Amino acid sequence: MRTVVQTISWIACAATLLPSLLFLTGDMDLDRVKLWMVFATVVWFAVTSLWMGRKQGRFAPAGNQT
Amino acid sequence: MTDDELQGPSEFEREPVPPRAQLGFRSFIGMYAGEHTAGTELMIGPLFVAYGVSAFDVIVGLLLGNLLAVLSWTCLTAPIATRRRLTLYYQLEKICGRQLVTLYNLANGVMFCFLAGAMVTVSATAVGVWIDFPMPGLNDVYPNSLGWVLAVLGVGAAIAVVAAYGYETVAKIANIAAPWMVVVFVAFGIVGFRQFMDVTDTQVRSFDDFWQLASTVIWKGDAPQPGRVKFTFWHVTFFAWFCNMAMHVGMSDLSVFRFARKSWYGMASASGMYLGHFLAWIAASILYAYQLHVDPNNTDVLPGPLAYRACGVAGLICVVIAGWTTANPTIYRAGLAFQAITPKTSRFVVTLATGGVAAIAGMFPAIAMKLLDFVALYGMLLMPMGAVIFVDFWLIRKFGLHSDYAELSGRHFNWAAGLTWFLTLGTCYLLVQFAGVQIFFVSLPGWFVAAALYVILSKVYQREVQPSPRAEPPAGS
Repeated sequence: MRTVVQTISWIACAATLLPSLLFLTGDMDLDRVKLWMVFATVVWFAVTSLWMGRKQGRFAPAGNQT
Repeated sequence: MTDDELQGPSEFEREPVPPRAQLGFRSFIGMYAGEHTAGTELMIGPLFVAYGVSAFDVIVGLLLGNLLAVLSWTCLTAPIATRRRLTLYYQLEKICGRQLVTLYNLANGVMFCFLAGAMVTVSATAVGVWIDFPMPGLNDVYPNSLGWVLAVLGVGAAIAVVAAYGYETVAKIANIAAPWMVVVFVAFGIVGFRQFMDVTDTQVRSFDDFWQLASTVIWKGDAPQPGRVKFTFWHVTFFAWFCNMAMHVGMSDLSVFRFARKSWYGMASASGMYLGHFLAWIAASILYAYQLHVDPNNTDVLPGPLAYRACGVAGLICVVIAGWTTANPTIYRAGLAFQAITPKTSRFVVTLATGGVAAIAGMFPAIAMKLLDFVALYGMLLMPMGAVIFVDFWLIRKFGLHSDYAELSGRHFNWAAGLTWFLTLGTCYLLVQFAGVQIFFVSLPGWFVAAALYVILSKVYQREVQPSPRAEPPAGS
């Protein structure tokens, strides 16, 4: 489970950057860039807080919970 | 990993860090990357443009200056830290005595307060995007509207209360935000660059195209804004090198690298320098250059509106979090420095009061708008003590003198170190006021002045003040 949420986090991180790259290539307008960035930001903070800095949290590796 | 985790448990405050508590290279990469991608980067990048930098000067100057900073951590700070494995304060206490360390704490705490004030200013500019009130301009010294005062007070009070109550929560938010913030900073630069392409109707298909746009439109090397000095290649290089002078040459990061297994871990500082002090500065400067290109009369350096125009709400969140998460540990550290002076006062009260001072400082835009000068002053103020530590560790025994002389003589104020500090600052002041040396450069000759003064004054002091028979000679002397 931890691997899944970590993967979602890093996809959200990449998705924060991707709209600006699409804007650079002319494939997305600035309003959409802003919209996608805030969406990816919300996902990043919501999902990353579930695992980053939590050694014994809900998504800790098996056998690590006490 | 947070800086506080690197400070380690309290049992290592007055003893060397044992091998079992030492940390690997990756721990330092994360810490430096997080710590140096801060709210103030959003002020510094634009201020480079306000100081009239050219494309070559800013890009190559930052590459070189940051390299010199990394080498300073690696060659000056980390070798001493990994040999003695003591905190800065304990090592200073052995050399200078408790009373002089108290004075050092006071100076450090005051500078931390002003730095935190600049971070509060950065966060408060985000409030101005949502609520309409006049925000300060580039040359404003005093608060210019009631709305601005209330915004800074609100942000400052929130930061101070959180720092006093729940520092650990903010440290966790800072850790989570760090990778995302780096990405948003990169997005600022990309969006700003594309906006420049659109507004100038330029196609960029090669490096030559990029350089043409960068050098003729973005960083044109024009005259600086009124009241600013013209920044050249050497200004940028020295600024990038010395903006963290208190940490490397000034030896503050002895407390960090005492946990490093090897001294070459100092190279980990490159993560912070090239992400925060290269990428983030370049990106933020592009946003401001675009604002000036669109409206040359709009010289305001306001990170909130700049970020909002480029990346919308995500940009604003970045400004708030970047300012908040870096102001918090800064206020916390300032509080610790002050608490060391008055140990009987509770940490809660001291941190709250420190946050209040930072909030008041944040109301005065002059600190943030003159951040380049302030940061140079901050480094200069603490640099002489770094020279004292360097000479005391590597050189002083070659002159037939003793290291750690405050401990050896049982004195609380080593006048050789104290006078070195005061006379070096006096010399730097004279060089700036009367010899035409700008504050961005004066710390380099200042370091050599401090090193020479400490040897000469120690010769006199150690002849006059004999070692205490009760004191044990320090290890290695």
